[in-house]
Amino acid sequence: MSAHTIVSLPDQSTAKLPKVNYINAEQGILSWLLTGDHKRIAMLYLISITFFFFIGGAFAGLIRFELLTPQSDLVAADTYNKFFTMHGIIMVFLFLVPSVPATIGNFLIPIMVGAKDLAFPKINLLSWYLYVAGGILTLAALVLGGVDTGWTFTTPLSTHYLNTHVLTAATAIFIAGFSSIFTGLNFIVTIHRMRAPGMTWFRMPLFVWSHYAASLLMVLGTPVLAIAIVLVALERIFGIGVFDPAKGGDPLLFQHLFWFYSHPAVYIMILPGMGVISEVISTFSRKRVFGYTAVAFSSVAIALFGFFVWAHHMFIMGVSNYSALVFSLLTMLVAVPSAIKIFNWAFTLQKGSITFETPMLYAFGFMGLFTIGGLTGVFLGSLGMDIHLTETYFIVAHFHFVMVGGMLMAFLAGVHFWWPKMTGRMYPESLSKLAAVTTFIGFNLTFLPQFILGYMGMPRRYAAYPPEYQVLNVLSTAGATVLGVGYMLPLLYLGWSLKYGAIAGNNPWQATGLEWQIQSPPLTENFTETPIIDYEAYDYEWLEKKTKDEVTTVG
Amino acid sequence: MDNAIVDTHEVHEHVSLPQHRHHFETEEQQREAGSFGMWLFLLTEIMFFGGMFFAYLLYRNWYYDAFAAASNQLNVPMGAANTAILITSGFFMAIGVWAAEMRKRKMLVWMLVLTTVFGCAFIGVKYFEYKEKYKLHHIPGNNFSIAMFVSPQNYPQYPDTYAEKPLMPDMAQKTQVFFFLYFAMTGMHALHMIIGIGLLFWLTWRAWRGDFSSGYVAPIENFGLYWHFVDIVWLFLFPLLYLINRHPLN
Amino acid sequence: MGISPVLWQFLVHWLHNSALFPAEASTIAPWMDALYFFLLGMTLTGLFLVGVLVFGFSIRYRKEKNPVATQIEGSTLLEATWTIIPLAIFLLTFVWGALLYFRIYDPPPNAMNIYIVGKQWMWKAEHPGGQHEINSLHVPAGRPIQLTMISQDVFHSFSIPDFRVKREVIPGRYTTVWFNATDPGTYHIFCTQYCGTQHSGMIGEVTVLSAPDYQKWLAQSTSGMSLAQNGERLFASMGCNACHSGNAAARGPNLAGVYGTKLTLTDGSQVQVNDAFLRDAILNPSQHVTAGFAPIMPTYQGQVSEDGLIDLVEYIKNLNTNYRVQQTLMTSESNQAAPPTPAGGTTETVKP
Repeated sequence: MSAHTIVSLPDQSTAKLPKVNYINAEQGILSWLLTGDHKRIAMLYLISITFFFFIGGAFAGLIRFELLTPQSDLVAADTYNKFFTMHGIIMVFLFLVPSVPATIGNFLIPIMVGAKDLAFPKINLLSWYLYVAGGILTLAALVLGGVDTGWTFTTPLSTHYLNTHVLTAATAIFIAGFSSIFTGLNFIVTIHRMRAPGMTWFRMPLFVWSHYAASLLMVLGTPVLAIAIVLVALERIFGIGVFDPAKGGDPLLFQHLFWFYSHPAVYIMILPGMGVISEVISTFSRKRVFGYTAVAFSSVAIALFGFFVWAHHMFIMGVSNYSALVFSLLTMLVAVPSAIKIFNWAFTLQKGSITFETPMLYAFGFMGLFTIGGLTGVFLGSLGMDIHLTETYFIVAHFHFVMVGGMLMAFLAGVHFWWPKMTGRMYPESLSKLAAVTTFIGFNLTFLPQFILGYMGMPRRYAAYPPEYQVLNVLSTAGATVLGVGYMLPLLYLGWSLKYGAIAGNNPWQATGLEWQIQSPPLTENFTETPIIDYEAYDYEWLEKKTKDEVTTVG
Repeated sequence: MDNAIVDTHEVHEHVSLPQHRHHFETEEQQREAGSFGMWLFLLTEIMFFGGMFFAYLLYRNWYYDAFAAASNQLNVPMGAANTAILITSGFFMAIGVWAAEMRKRKMLVWMLVLTTVFGCAFIGVKYFEYKEKYKLHHIPGNNFSIAMFVSPQNYPQYPDTYAEKPLMPDMAQKTQVFFFLYFAMTGMHALHMIIGIGLLFWLTWRAWRGDFSSGYVAPIENFGLYWHFVDIVWLFLFPLLYLINRHPLN
Repeated sequence: MGISPVLWQFLVHWLHNSALFPAEASTIAPWMDALYFFLLGMTLTGLFLVGVLVFGFSIRYRKEKNPVATQIEGSTLLEATWTIIPLAIFLLTFVWGALLYFRIYDPPPNAMNIYIVGKQWMWKAEHPGGQHEINSLHVPAGRPIQLTMISQDVFHSFSIPDFRVKREVIPGRYTTVWFNATDPGTYHIFCTQYCGTQHSGMIGEVTVLSAPDYQKWLAQSTSGMSLAQNGERLFASMGCNACHSGNAAARGPNLAGVYGTKLTLTDGSQVQVNDAFLRDAILNPSQHVTAGFAPIMPTYQGQVSEDGLIDLVEYIKNLNTNYRVQQTLMTSESNQAAPPTPAGGTTETVKP
């Protein structure tokens, strides 16, 4: 163990993957497709969301290529509209929402609470099939000619003025929504009812707390999206008039129903990532997370407040000035718990013993980029400021900072951190560091210019723009190219590591947490006997005592 | 819900029920988890229906006259009958749950059968109601007609309509919003009932085989929760849709 | 503003000339920019603070320097500090933003009104004097201008970044925004709410003219009748004058001078008679029946376009007497030649 890293691997000349683990426990494709094992389902999810991520990413690339020049010259305007619609739908519903919960969450929540599986394994599998069905329908919409409503499905455009495959896409999202609901339901019941003896709420890792909060949002918010989609479909098919002013309906009703889900959705997307950051920062500082209780409660606070701010997406749409006041005030309140977390993580570093492996690099990237993204959210929550900034590239930059600079970095941090646990292999550290730095640089180059473009007034979803915006757009596209390379690299080296990576052993990071006390990859039933917990979370002193009592091989 | 789709395991010594899933420590835990899961699922259903209830509240507030007139077109006797049918069906389901807990196989099967019969009766009555609406051109869309609201005096063959105050055309147009909400909400409710009836067929068959009379009652209990929830949704729909401004005993 | 105006102008002009900042071309723009710079400062400070903490602690407590970590539970004092201080700053932002919002969306009473109708994929501007523009808007500098906007189809959003104003333009109801342009010149108009195929083509130019230039423009771009005159024609040809004749026994309420007053409806509620009320009363009359009148007005939904509604609203706004109403009632034809457009800038189109 060198002074620069905490990685502790078994002797590579004799090390082997455990003879029996969840991957080789049963053979054959059917054993994977009909599995109830939460770890296998997590892997199935990982493969499918990676697939959709790269499709969504391809659309991002196409968007940025078109925006290299002011004219709409790469593709027709209609096609460009389909690009950003598909990019949004795929990235939000088929990547970001399930990213951490369905992969890392599925894999780890039962292990972290000391259970053998989630409460409802068959429903877990159903979740994945619903996700795949939603994904296939989305691809169908794409292949049949695309949909150009924007991921927000604004009525009356989506109900009366488009003849693209709106219903196919809407059905896809409806089905994928149930995937999300069932995942959340599974998590909530597991966390409430299946904790091992001694695992009290406040001994759980913060990763579990953040997933609990996100699950509350999934379960309570997603059904409202479902009904909004159903109403759009009925309006489209039967022309009933629920959103049509000529028949007495109100298009603003759709906005309320849609954003009632879609605002909590952004917290569904970010909270699990925040859970990852808690784990990573703790491990690579060798320290308990500073202010455990504050971080735990702030997750729940974000979930709770997150339900009451939806109309901040509608400030200029003609809602009454006074309701706008209320929503702006609540938006300011919901910003505070995120700030609390950032400071708690920063102070976890104090008096720690810090190393800079790849997951930690991604975590640092998260902290900087999420701070910018979150604070620019305060710009938008401030009523007067929102008038100028809304519907411009400022919004695009804001949400990409929190979702890509924040969430995607957290996802990559988590994938790297738990890769040895999930696969038994280590990824190549120097290449991964390179990828992390490349991603960080590419990201900033892509999205910082967009803040400036937004203030200058460049609208969102424009295929063509006035020439004075070109320089910043070119910079942004250049950054996107670098970013794309940064995301390709993990795909390549993580795949490589499955065969050639170093054998990781139980606890390469010497981390606390139940998942690191079992073999890598774990057994199907996770534990050979039910663990009894009589120590706190992030108890490094307990861990040290335990390791001293064991014989360890040093790499 | 998951426990309803469980497959039978070989019996192990350390568990007393074949349906015990191995990832649960005890059956107690399994039952509690299943029940909790069902309650959570019902919570999501409340949020789902909630969107439509919200739309209903909004438009009823804006277009009260149209809603009142349109509501008067609904068949209260049929609606009331359906309410009674559904409550009775729920009553039989509750006895069924008790029968399962008391391990009375025959009684459980009978109760499930009765629950199904009354559930089907509900759907049957709904069919006649919808048919009537279709005849009167009250189904929103291309065939919708506001004639009965604008000139009720032209319909002496329908005494209830004949006695109504005529509505202005622009307000009469809004009756379409009421009917859309009526069909969407009762239709969504009926869909949940049909799914429930399907599940009842399956549960009845399994109950007849004896799956639920040896202490494993979770599927019956959890289905009971679902069925009662569907019942409660109807108990909200009936007064909101049918009884807006009914005059007591004209 | 608290800082030297010279410094401010220098900063803003320099940024603008570097194509990094929009022009400040309205009275509200500097106020918006002030809030922006405050928020920018807050963000940079926050980022700097987090950066210092993260980098500082990482370097000071890296493994080589600090091989053993000290387990710390937390600190309630620190938690309170970084809860209360951000909350205070965010609440300050809330108040400042709210004040700005109310300023932008509550027009001054003497604002000159121009109607904007958005449709896929163009903007129509209708001046009260009858000037019609497509994808362009001519306004005088130094006067408050209110835009009353509505969409004919889907959601659009009218944005003039250099004025720092923007408002959604939706079907079914009017939305308004106001500004006071300070510098003559041309500035971008954008549609910022995705509205279909040619969303990025739904752009135009607002031309700010000095007062004399504006008068010249008004005079040379009249295309016939003013909005109110068109409205008068519609009012007669659609038969409104039959019930709203202004007679004592008329079936409909007297509309002369009703604009801007508080009206009592049959259900006892009181409403302010503004543009939205007038438009809604024409389309959904049964919900806007004046107290003392029967609900017999037919709806004109589907019979009059948004442009026609604007004409009617503008007509009723300026209606002071029923003299001409009764005249048109008496004539058998209602398409007499209208008097020539009055001198530009005035909205008084009805001879007393």
